[in-house]
Amino acid sequence: MKYAYYPGCSLECNAAAYDMSVREVADLLGIRLQEIDDWNCCGATEYFSQDELTATAVIARNLALVDPQLKQVVAPCAACYLNLKKTDRLMAEHADFNQKVNEALAAGGLHYRPGTVQVRHMLDVICDDIGEAAVRDKVVKPLNGLRVAPYYGCQVVRPYPGDENPEYPMKMDHLLSWLGAEVVDYPVKAHCCGGHMTQISEPQAFELIRRLLQSAQDYDADLIVCMCPMCQLNLDGYQGRVNGYFNTEFKLPIVYFTQIMGIAFGLDPKKLGFGKELVAALPVVRAKVNGLAAQAAQ
Amino acid sequence: MAERVGIYVCHCGSNIAGMIDVEEVARWAGQSIKDVVVSRDYKFMCSSLGQKLIEDDIREQGLTRVVVAACSPHLHEKTFRRACQNAGLNQYLCQMTNIREHVSWVSTDRQKATEKAKALVAAAAERVKHQRPLEQGFVKVNPATLVIGGGIAGLQATLELADAGYPVYLVEREPSIGGHMAQFDKTFPTLDCSACILTPKMSEVGQHENVKMFTYAEVEEVSGSVGCFKVKIRQKARHVIFEKCTGCGICVEKCPRKVVDNVFEAGMGYRKAIYTPFPQAVPRTPVIDTANCTWFTRGKCQVCSKVCPTQAIDYDQKDEIIQIEVGNIIVATGWKLFDCTRIPQYGYGRLANVFTNMEFERMCNAAGPTGGKIVLRDGKTEPRRIAIIHCVGSRDVRHNQYCSAVCCMAALKFGHLVLEKTKAEVYSFYIDMRTPMKDYEEFYQRLLEEGMHFVRGKVAEVTDAARLPDEQGSLIVQVEDTLLGTQRRIPVDMVVLMAALEPQADAKELGLKLGISCSMAGWYTERHPKLDPVATMTDGVFVAGACQGPKDIPASVAQGAAAAARVAGMITAGKVTIEPIIASIDEQKCSGCRICNNLCPYNAIEYDEEKGVSRVVAAMCKGCGTCVSACPANAITGAHFSNEQIAAELEGILWDAIADGRPASAAPDGSKAPQSTPVGAA
Repeated sequence: MKYAYYPGCSLECNAAAYDMSVREVADLLGIRLQEIDDWNCCGATEYFSQDELTATAVIARNLALVDPQLKQVVAPCAACYLNLKKTDRLMAEHADFNQKVNEALAAGGLHYRPGTVQVRHMLDVICDDIGEAAVRDKVVKPLNGLRVAPYYGCQVVRPYPGDENPEYPMKMDHLLSWLGAEVVDYPVKAHCCGGHMTQISEPQAFELIRRLLQSAQDYDADLIVCMCPMCQLNLDGYQGRVNGYFNTEFKLPIVYFTQIMGIAFGLDPKKLGFGKELVAALPVVRAKVNGLAAQAAQ
Repeated sequence: MAERVGIYVCHCGSNIAGMIDVEEVARWAGQSIKDVVVSRDYKFMCSSLGQKLIEDDIREQGLTRVVVAACSPHLHEKTFRRACQNAGLNQYLCQMTNIREHVSWVSTDRQKATEKAKALVAAAAERVKHQRPLEQGFVKVNPATLVIGGGIAGLQATLELADAGYPVYLVEREPSIGGHMAQFDKTFPTLDCSACILTPKMSEVGQHENVKMFTYAEVEEVSGSVGCFKVKIRQKARHVIFEKCTGCGICVEKCPRKVVDNVFEAGMGYRKAIYTPFPQAVPRTPVIDTANCTWFTRGKCQVCSKVCPTQAIDYDQKDEIIQIEVGNIIVATGWKLFDCTRIPQYGYGRLANVFTNMEFERMCNAAGPTGGKIVLRDGKTEPRRIAIIHCVGSRDVRHNQYCSAVCCMAALKFGHLVLEKTKAEVYSFYIDMRTPMKDYEEFYQRLLEEGMHFVRGKVAEVTDAARLPDEQGSLIVQVEDTLLGTQRRIPVDMVVLMAALEPQADAKELGLKLGISCSMAGWYTERHPKLDPVATMTDGVFVAGACQGPKDIPASVAQGAAAAARVAGMITAGKVTIEPIIASIDEQKCSGCRICNNLCPYNAIEYDEEKGVSRVVAAMCKGCGTCVSACPANAITGAHFSNEQIAAELEGILWDAIADGRPASAAPDGSKAPQSTPVGAA
């Protein structure tokens, strides 16, 4: 199966591990990703609130650049995914707006007809297109013994939840169980991580981050897996600051779901980007997954 | 001979005249439509003076056809038909056209609305000229009635009719009559014991000489029409011989198989594999739950058969189809509870101490699984703080938009019971407190005084993720208190979800059998929401209770009685009028292909094997026209909807598009000059 691939800016720097692991896992599962040629930034959450038309045009450019042979684009980053999807919807639902966006695209010799490209998240592609049997088939090191807390965040399930319940999504739970992990059913899995609130008001942001870490810890999670670079950055990068602020001692590794899939598939942790996170994940994975510690020692 | 047509355009006060130039429509029709001898407009055609206008014109001007352009025929067709009949004109020679609902109420452009009204008047005038006099028929009404559903609404309807001396068949799907009311402990706002007021009615029905009860039975098939329905009832196998069983209960007592009771006990308690749902069940005859009975699942046991003193156990019993004939049907099938797992953020099914309202009803009930003690899921700990969350699945665009009508009062009742039985604090989380019926607001006031806490706001989530030390080990209710304008987190030990009332899962299916429709939400649709709340669009089928929309006990009882009164009226009249608007088959043209036989939604077409032709049963035909359009040989005609009538109507509506000027030459100078009547002469 072949898809257009939109990595987005985060996956080039702070979320390089996500990009690496997505490509590795996709390769193994037979998902062929063709990176959009000359793609540009999606504008994240900020641009939409500044100028809707320009923001939309900037995003629509990426959709217009998708190889006409391909009908679907995969975006691993939650913000990119939402922006691409929102743009397609906005253009489909408002004819006059669609016209304005296409006028802007025309300046660059491009055109996009809404509905041409279906925007997908990597998790959906793996769960729905590849499916349980094919995923289970690739598992060589089941994650038995590892307690994993799936963290969905906001943007993949809101406002377009698809077939998920936005208040209580389950797809990543299912996927993790196929990998043999013990899935932690904790109550905050779709609560907000605070997004860019860290830049605006640290007390608010830290409290939101603390709640997530606290709940995962209360439910004895060994690590948290996420599917958004922003969530990963907040939970991992700010964990030390949160500990300092609240006088807590969280030490929860935060990795992308594709990284943990790679471990279960027996891929080389280095190629999956392990080691880029601040709270080291590999030692915990090795210590908890039955049999992995012995293997690593050899 | 040319027909003499009278046209009457109604102002309906300003309802029509406000958007349509009615005087112009009447003037135009009088001048431009062929054969029109009188054309008038009038303030209220439906008034007695308006009707008199028509009657006088028929007598004095010798009208042979009448067109009334006014409101929907649903409202006043009968009125104008009667006026014609009074003046000696066959009522089917009067045609109504709707320029209110179809034009004035839905238009914003006066000129276009006036043009549309003209087209509709022209259509009706052309059509009416081709209409034929028809005579109504009559059918005798079978005095027996079928009541579907043995909840409080159905019981009330049954008793009203049976006490009036008419035979009633009562069909109930569960092993006992009683419905949801039998599960409750107290009823609001009087707090009288639910069982104490319900069980006398149940036993009265059970012993009534005019009532034949079928419990553990369902309606399989309905045919026929008002006055003479034929109904097939599936009596599910009880595996206990009804006539032999004395209801002693020894089989239930000795049965070794315990099963969680998800129906009557709402999953809170147990019953046996052979059981009656509750001690006061009517009838007392138990049923065997074959999915759980050890004999049926594993071929061992037979204890019930061994202990039965009257040899009433019959493992080989099969479902039985019973045929009955009735004149009318009352549908009182009630409601089912919203599935709270559909709102996962409230934690039902995940957090042990989140309960549904029905679970809590059973918990409060002295005969229930906890003996009336309010305790946590562990069965012993008394809660110190209880949250009651309103509108779970109601007033929520994601689930049901409607208000479930009973939950606010039930929540207040729960609050009272908690305060009476325990030392717990009770919190009600409501969006709006809805207490509109008699003595309800007073009950709310009473709970305010009793110290129940009220927080106005929709609960965001119920969670066990504690943030503060005093939240540890509790369920936390996260809510925006819209009166304080702040977010609140309230730790509690127990949460009760006031789940919505929803239509029965198979309401639509039963509706199809009976020929009655459901609203978008799935409740049965009444004939008129205000003026005909218990009748349906199908003659002889009535609805009562919550199957028509969420309702509390008093309202359900009132509807049960109302439906019974309507049925009693039909029985007393003894016969019903049958519309002559039905299909008929020309035997000369019929090839006997039988295509129409299966298409008829009312099973009104029978096949004559001898002659090799199909035939319409007049009493059952509803005149829907399906067979008329399907017949490949054009052998079927729909009375009042003949091809020439419909073609003429089309020609009329397209009057301005027809090249040769027919039917209305539309001469702007009125040169065609029919006998002109002063516009607005009245």
